[in-house]
Formats: sequence, C-alpha cells, structure tokens
Amino acid sequence: MEQNQPLRFFHRGPSPAIRLGLFVVLSLILLLVDVKYQYLETARSGLTFLVYPLQRLVTVPSALWHGVGDYFITHDQLVRDNAELRRLNIQAASKLQQFAVLKSENQHLRNLLSVQQRADYSMQLAEILYAARDIFNRKVFLDKGTQENVEAGQIVMDESGIVGQVTRVYPWMSEVTLITDKDHSVPVQVLRNGLRSVVFGTGDTSRLTLRYMPPSSDIQNGDVLVTSGIDGIYPDGLPVARVIHVERDPAYPFARILCSPIAGVDQRRQLMILSTIQKFKGPDGAEEEIAGSPSNSRQAGGR
Amino acid sequence: MRDRTLSVQEFQAPDSPILIAASLCVALLLNWLPWQGIWLEFRPDFLALVLLYWCTHKPLQVGIGIAWMLGILADVVDASFIGQHAMAYSVLAFCGILLHRRLLMFNLLQQTLQIFPLLLLAYAVYAVVHWLLRGNIVWEYFLGCILTALLWAPMSMLVRTLRRSRSVSDRL
Repeated sequence: MEQNQPLRFFHRGPSPAIRLGLFVVLSLILLLVDVKYQYLETARSGLTFLVYPLQRLVTVPSALWHGVGDYFITHDQLVRDNAELRRLNIQAASKLQQFAVLKSENQHLRNLLSVQQRADYSMQLAEILYAARDIFNRKVFLDKGTQENVEAGQIVMDESGIVGQVTRVYPWMSEVTLITDKDHSVPVQVLRNGLRSVVFGTGDTSRLTLRYMPPSSDIQNGDVLVTSGIDGIYPDGLPVARVIHVERDPAYPFARILCSPIAGVDQRRQLMILSTIQKFKGPDGAEEEIAGSPSNSRQAGGR
Repeated sequence: MRDRTLSVQEFQAPDSPILIAASLCVALLLNWLPWQGIWLEFRPDFLALVLLYWCTHKPLQVGIGIAWMLGILADVVDASFIGQHAMAYSVLAFCGILLHRRLLMFNLLQQTLQIFPLLLLAYAVYAVVHWLLRGNIVWEYFLGCILTALLWAPMSMLVRTLRRSRSVSDRL
C-alpha cells in the first residue's frame, strides 16, 4: 500500500499542489467576476433552481415544528388573541378614517402648492423561507419570486418599519438584504426636526450607525429616523430606526451615533414587499407611472 | 487481499460512491437547516467535516475537484460570493490529502487535535476573502470551527460503522 500509492498518484493526473493552484485561481477569477460584474447572476439563478427542492425539504422540520405549535394552541389563548386583535382593529379603523381625511387634505394642499405628489404603493405579503446561514451576510429569503412579479430593488418591511431591500430574484424566491447588512445604506431624516442623513448597517443585527454627522448636529437619544424618500427607491415617511446612543467627542470630526432598527429585523416570519410606483408629472401635466427598475436599484441599493 | 483482515480490506478497497455521495449530501442538508440567532454563531460546518473525512480516508476518490464543486453549491445557497466557499474547501481538501497518511496512525482524540488547524485554516481563508472584498470580519464565526472539530470523533465513528456494515454485508 505504502509503496504503490505514489505510483497511483502519477496515473491519476497532476499532483495535489497543482490541482490546488488550479482551483484556487479558478475561485479567484470567479470571485472577481462576481464582485465586479453581473455575469454570474444567471449561473447563480440556474444553480438555485437545481437546489430549490432540497432547500424546501430542509425547511420542512422547522415548518412542522411551527405547525405543531399552532395545533396545540389553547382555546384560552385564541380568545385572548381575538379580543386583542379586535381592539386593535377598532383603534386602527378610527385612525384610518382620520388618515383618509388628512390624505385628501394633504393632496389638496400639495396641488395648491404644485408640489410633487407623494408616492403611492401597493403591498404583497411574503413569508421568510430561511435566513442565510452565513454569519457574514445579513440576508433572508422570501417565498415570492419572479412568478409573483417581485423585482430587485423593492422594499421589504414589517408592520413597524423597514426590514430591507430585495437584491436578487429567483423564480420562486427572492433574496432580501437586511438594513443591518454591513454598509447597506438608507437615506433617512429625523422625524423631530427633518434633519437629513444616511443610516448605515454595521453587520450586527441590532445596530445601525449614522455616519458623517458633525458633533453639533441636533440629534438626541430616542429620536426616530424615517425614510426621506430622496433616493426615489425608499418611499418617504417609513420608520427605520431609533437613536439609542450619541457620543460627541470634539476630537473627531463626526459624532458617533448608534441606532437600533425599529422593525424586528431578525424575528418576523411574515413580511411585506412594497411595490413602489412613483408618479411623476410629465411636461403636459399627464401622470406617468414609473416603476423602480432593477438597473436603478442596483446602483442605489446598498451593495 | 483475501487473507487480510477486514479492517485492511476496508482500508484499501474503494468505497462505494453511493455511500460517499450520500454522506456528503446529508452534510450539505445539515448545513442548510435554518440555523438562526445564537445557533448561527455556533453552526458547525458539517460539509467541511465530511469532506475532510473522505479526503483523509479515501484521497483517491474524493479530492480537490469535488471539494471545489461542493463549495460552489454552498456559495449559491448561502448567497456568499461565488468562489468563497469553493476556495476554502479546496484548501481544506488539499491539506487533508497532504496529511492523510499521518492522520490515520492516530486515535480519534489525537486526530481531532490534528484536524483543528486544518479547519481553522479553511475558516480563515473564508474570512480573509470576505475581509478583502467587504472589509469586515465577524469574529464569532470562528466559534463554529471549534464545534466542527469537536464533532470529528462522533462523525468518524458514525461513518466507520456505516462502512463496516456495508463490507460485512458484501461478504455475506
């Protein structure tokens, strides 16, 4: 065995070192192509198509677990939940009536001032298939894809705030990059005084940072940041984060400001995909509908 | 060959490709389980472990090429850069092939100590690629490496049992 092993090696083609070199170079080329260009997206989506059945198979145990949990829910708890939901519904309904009045009033005032209309959007409910198991990537996968007209660049939120942005779409699922992903950026403004800034992800699921804010800027603990809508990708006025820590050190040019995301970025199972349709007034006064196209969003998305 | 003991035959004969493929497949599925939260930080890399097992025990059947292809699959599913896992697994397979004669002379505990640096190297390759491309490193990632190394002994025993039961049934 010991003597004939090297001989066999020779019959089997190049030595391990040469093979390693070959495959490392191949990986490096693929890495560079993947980072710099978009050529590999078709290959990626093809392979995803192949492994999709296996991936669904793997999510069966956790789905079963949740299903069993739902089955053994007690009557008591259902009654309690129902009462709570009914109460919330009544509250929401009364607020919604006020909202409708305010909306028409706002529209009227904006018409008078001839300011651009606010974007309108429709929603689509999707469920999280699984979160990416790579600790470096803050991504989740949803169970809606091109089959349900999901497009790259759309915004994903839960009932309390922004969760992330669709970055890749496959036939039956889509990949969402969370706002807490490293360097993912969202243009925001402070709800209290309208101060504009950009909030960046840190790679930690419970932290966001505001960079490039001078120490003298008017930001306090507890300030709520909402989207400013300036980029044309994120609709305006959606809650993003709450300031939890402000550190003003005059030795540094910028203040160190930490925020925590308002949406339960890590906890929800159901999320909403917003279809942003922006209405621009054409030169002749006719309204044109322009959907956020993937090419735009790729540049603006925080990759 | 015939008059040698079972263990020698088990040592030399090529293993059934079905067993190898099935074990790698199971490892892949275990990796794809929905790990979340704190579990994500401790997630052992089952695929690296099983790959290393076959590279050290059957280096002629499972080599760098197979490791690379499985790496590409892992990249697609984990939404990492294409080539990131592939490079880490190729390096791991190469180290496994280099060490395969030495490793089999040790018992399982000593083997664990031997493979830990290999796994650490593969993890480091992955982290360094990410650091070069995106500029951040999550140090908790390396916790998974320790757990993966600890799983070496149970995994080896399991696969050895499977292989032995197969060769016994072949004889009958």
